Amino acid sequence: MNDTLSVSAIKNGTVIDHISAGQALRIVHLLSLQNTLHKITIGLHLPSKRLGVKDLIKIENRILTENEANEIVVFSPSATINVIEDFNVTKKFNTYLPSIMKKVFICPNGSCITQTEKVDSHFSIKLYGKQIKLTCFFCDKEFDRDQVKVSI
Amino acid sequence: MTANPFYQRDLLSSKDIGLNEINLILSTAQKMKATSFAKSLTDKIIAHCFFEPSTRTRLSFEAAALRLGAQNIGFANKDVLSIQKGETLHDTMRMIDEYADLIVIRHPKEGAAALAAQIAKHPVINAGDGANQHPTQALIDLFTIQECQSRIDGLSMALVGDLKFARTIHSFTQLCSLYDVRLYFVSPSSLSLPDALCDDLKKRGLPFSFHHTLEEIIPKVDILYLTRIQQERFNVGDYEWVNSPFTLTTSLLQKAKSNLKILHPLPRVDEIAREVDHTPFAYYFEQASNGVCVRQALLHLILNKVAL
Repeated sequence: MNDTLSVSAIKNGTVIDHISAGQALRIVHLLSLQNTLHKITIGLHLPSKRLGVKDLIKIENRILTENEANEIVVFSPSATINVIEDFNVTKKFNTYLPSIMKKVFICPNGSCITQTEKVDSHFSIKLYGKQIKLTCFFCDKEFDRDQVKVSI
Repeated sequence: MTANPFYQRDLLSSKDIGLNEINLILSTAQKMKATSFAKSLTDKIIAHCFFEPSTRTRLSFEAAALRLGAQNIGFANKDVLSIQKGETLHDTMRMIDEYADLIVIRHPKEGAAALAAQIAKHPVINAGDGANQHPTQALIDLFTIQECQSRIDGLSMALVGDLKFARTIHSFTQLCSLYDVRLYFVSPSSLSLPDALCDDLKKRGLPFSFHHTLEEIIPKVDILYLTRIQQERFNVGDYEWVNSPFTLTTSLLQKAKSNLKILHPLPRVDEIAREVDHTPFAYYFEQASNGVCVRQALLHLILNKVAL
């Protein structure tokens, strides 16, 4: 059986590769890709030599900002983010885990003031070994990354 | 005159306070308790905003402000506010900030004080936000322990009851982590200390352990700190299930160390039998009375450039 992936290359745009399996759809929401007119290719649970299994997103005709690239690290520290121009990789983002993120997540604590007041969410982000933890600025509760939903 | 790191500062969480700062608060409170000082807040207005019921915290804050010469405004019940008409906490706080020099806030939602502080130009003191924090109570607890044991370092303390939802326990445990103390946590397993707080204690290397009965820890400790089950944080069925697992009686105190003191942030429900009030171990009413001098110290430090 052929292991190669039959996904066509994009001429211009951004390729987010080596995404931790299962995180691609959260990154789609993070970047609000579901609301854009750009052509998006999403691959889930693809074979990967490095990760075993991975997700992949190709965004045609949109270049991510440095901030957007860094925010992806929260969902997938292993992700590689490359800018494509005329079918060639012209830039590889050097990403790092942001220490805070605002307006991105929803606090899952039902008793948090952000559940009842219209207020921009604000989380501090820390890495404990391989685990990414988010702490709500308001209620001070700490959550695993996968407990926290992206606001849409 | 001492430099004052609290001037115009919010007090939202025990995590905001360092050891030297605690010492400044405790020593200022000690001076406030020992003698009456010139009224240092005669030109100030304090807003006491209690969106949730309170007896000791609200009245001791108001008494502290009056003793320092300040004037009080505020409310003890959200039912009298325009919040009933749909006004947000944001707008309520923005308006009160125009009327007062300092805002004391208690609110059932966690993070409400942090939001108020984000909105207000004037300093905000968290007088309890849901099950999250109650830092001024934790300072009163430390002051009381220092008073009744003449030290904090080296003590063994048991924290008993609802360790999951009791904000006094969360704030107090964080302050304890700055000292050389041994902690015993006694609770039903469903109400044990949140993992994040346990992780903090581990990082600081503080010795602690978990227990399910009072009998096994009473002979070991210098401080027995009881809390009530936080009924308002439960669904009705869940509350019935966990209610009153611990009741301290005089017979349980037979093996207690002679210097043991019992604390409770009050109100109590069934955690301490009335008969215990008459033993030399009971110290919870003194603890409640210390609320005034410690809150005087905080108001004085936050609203004056120099400490006493």
